[in-house]
Amino acid sequence: MNDMRIAERATSVTESKISAKGVQVYYGDTHAIKDVDVEIDDKTVTAFIGPSGCGKSTFLRTLNRMNDTIDICRVQGDILLDGENIYDPKVDPVQLRAKVGMVFQKPNPFPKSIYDNVAYGPRIHGLAKNKADLDDIVEKSLRRGAIWDEVKDRLDAPGTGLSGGQQQRLCIARAVATEPEVLLMDEPCSALDPIATAQVEELIDDLRTKFSVVIVTHSMQQAARVSQKTAFFHLGNLVEFGETGQIFTNPIDPRTEAYITGRIG
Amino acid sequence: MSNHTSLYTVSDNVRRRNAVEKRFRFYGLTAIAIGIVALIVLLSSVLSNGSGAFQQTYVTLSVHLPADKLDKQGNRDPEEMKSVSTFGYSPLIRDAVVARADELGWVMPEGMKPKDMGALISKEAAAQLRNFVLANPEVVGTTIEIEMLANGRVDGYMKGRVDREFALLDSNIDVEQLDLVDLLIEGGNLEKRFNWAFLTSPDASGQRPEAAGLGVAILGSAYMMLVVLFLALPIGVAASIYLEEFAPTNKWTDLIEVNISNLAAVPSIVFGILGLAIFINFAGLPQSAPIVGGLVLTLMTLPTIIIATRASLKSVPPSIRDAALGVGASKMQAVFHHVLPLAAPGILTGTIIGLAQALGETAPLLLIGMVAFVKEYPSMPPEGFFDPASALPVQVFNWTQRADAGFVERASGAIIVLLVFLIIMNAVAVLLRRRFERRW
Ligand SMILES: Nc1ncnc2c1ncn2[C@@H]1O[C@H](COP(=O)(O)OP(=O)(O)OP(=O)(O)O)[C@@H](O)[C@H]1O
Ligand SMILES: [Mg+2]
Repeated sequence: MNDMRIAERATSVTESKISAKGVQVYYGDTHAIKDVDVEIDDKTVTAFIGPSGCGKSTFLRTLNRMNDTIDICRVQGDILLDGENIYDPKVDPVQLRAKVGMVFQKPNPFPKSIYDNVAYGPRIHGLAKNKADLDDIVEKSLRRGAIWDEVKDRLDAPGTGLSGGQQQRLCIARAVATEPEVLLMDEPCSALDPIATAQVEELIDDLRTKFSVVIVTHSMQQAARVSQKTAFFHLGNLVEFGETGQIFTNPIDPRTEAYITGRIG
Repeated sequence: MSNHTSLYTVSDNVRRRNAVEKRFRFYGLTAIAIGIVALIVLLSSVLSNGSGAFQQTYVTLSVHLPADKLDKQGNRDPEEMKSVSTFGYSPLIRDAVVARADELGWVMPEGMKPKDMGALISKEAAAQLRNFVLANPEVVGTTIEIEMLANGRVDGYMKGRVDREFALLDSNIDVEQLDLVDLLIEGGNLEKRFNWAFLTSPDASGQRPEAAGLGVAILGSAYMMLVVLFLALPIGVAASIYLEEFAPTNKWTDLIEVNISNLAAVPSIVFGILGLAIFINFAGLPQSAPIVGGLVLTLMTLPTIIIATRASLKSVPPSIRDAALGVGASKMQAVFHHVLPLAAPGILTGTIIGLAQALGETAPLLLIGMVAFVKEYPSMPPEGFFDPASALPVQVFNWTQRADAGFVERASGAIIVLLVFLIIMNAVAVLLRRRFERRW
């Protein structure tokens, strides 16, 4: 797969959704993210790339405050969602996470039925007025997760009984069911075969019309295919951030070039 | 490698390794065999000693109830008939034995007195008869067929524990009395039946093993288990959830953690002393009461439940919590909707094992006075929690202290009952785990 086509999609809407300024993240004494500034645009796919351990997941998790669950993790700097600082003491992370959904690297469906997996978010956020409403949301979300046809006859079956790729698409369906404004995806395709990967990528492109999507990936091709903006991280630093086309064809920093051409990583 | 070795010849190295493995397996099997033999010896000794307690000898006799003795006023008023104590009734029973013996052609041997014939019936029988008459005053003045407990020695004779050789040495029974027993057996007056009274009736005094039962002890143990269940389960689960899911990890939580592990290892008698000092001397709760026993056992069981609950909470994969938080569930919702259901089988198993441990605990109960002789049933809960009661393991302890050999049989019988309860509880634990375990 030497598909280095660059997504030639218009990035006309350049309204900023999330803007991070001077973000530092520490795990105890480890300085995992060093002074990162990033603008994540609305209705855009932003890809985070970089060698293993460079802090992509860490930075992604600061965007919906999933790092709060790690005791030793400290975050400094400002992260604004629609101009509001999400680390403000007044902000309840639960409310934030309803707006900023997340798909994890390893598929992690609840050990409940497929239906309940998707319905859980809408239920706790009170998005459905009645059962029919909820059924609608579940169907719509599963369609968006490109898994509806495979599971529509067994919505009562356990979500953990699906294959790895199906589970991941179920998790995506679960994440979109709560109608988030931003969707964070941490290597969503690392467990998927090329066909499922293609489905998920198509889905990401689709989601872009409604949400702003941030995706962490180890696949240059994938970043090139699905994203409009790309951020390259290295050893906790944001080395380069810009239009995907520019990063892949004409990187400014030598480290970016070395990574893209496979010399570091 | 330069020199070629065939796969068909086993190399020295591999042979040595295989020998070690074989030896290890042998050690393992030996250990298990020793364990099983010990278990079989234990169970068979308890069963052979205790099975007798579930059988009891009853004597059926026609007893005449003379009105002039039992109801002097002649108005059949139970309140007034109460003035006749059990001493008024035992001669009636004695006369009934004598009368039946005469009917069967008994020739009174030299030196035997009617009193010795009456002694074949339990001393408890007079009280039973009195209670029956007070409950049915209209029988006064008639002759009734009534079933009475046989004396412990006669019961032992029926079960093979007592024989003529034994009777020669024993001051409580002699050979002539056993001859009379044989005659009564022929006459169809003696019968051995399943002993429900062993499970339902209260304890009896030292001379009457035949009347002693586990009723009060079973009730007391049940009440204590209720107290433990309703206190230890919610407190233990709440504490574990807090420690495991919400508490920050710092010096204080570390300290608490170490102390919980230490508490689990504290000898149970220490909890008894604590209970005596706090619940009885300080809080002024009554002695021998199931509430105090329950509180002490709750303290003892808490560490077990907390450790088991935390272990099962820990075993729930963190990805489930992430998933719940990721769709915007609060921490509380993540725990109660997703983590707790997955941890439930482990929590239930831990709780039941803790309860089973508490059920068999003796030492702390001795200290808070549960060893007292209790003949009255405690009333229904909640008042019953404050009434004096006994407990199963304490009853075993109590009976083994008594002189009469009949109580050895009772104690072993009580051990069997205790074991049956423990087996039931463990079976319930296994069933619940199967029921709730969802391997998805
Ligand atoms: N929970 C944690 N506790 C302590 N250190 C952590 C923790 N999570 C991550 N780190 C450290 O932070 C740094 C960044 O980790 P992160 O998981 O963000 O890397 P990544 O870029 O996502 O790597 P990968 O591509 O392998 O997923 C690493 O050095 C890692 O060791
Ligand atoms: Mg990562």
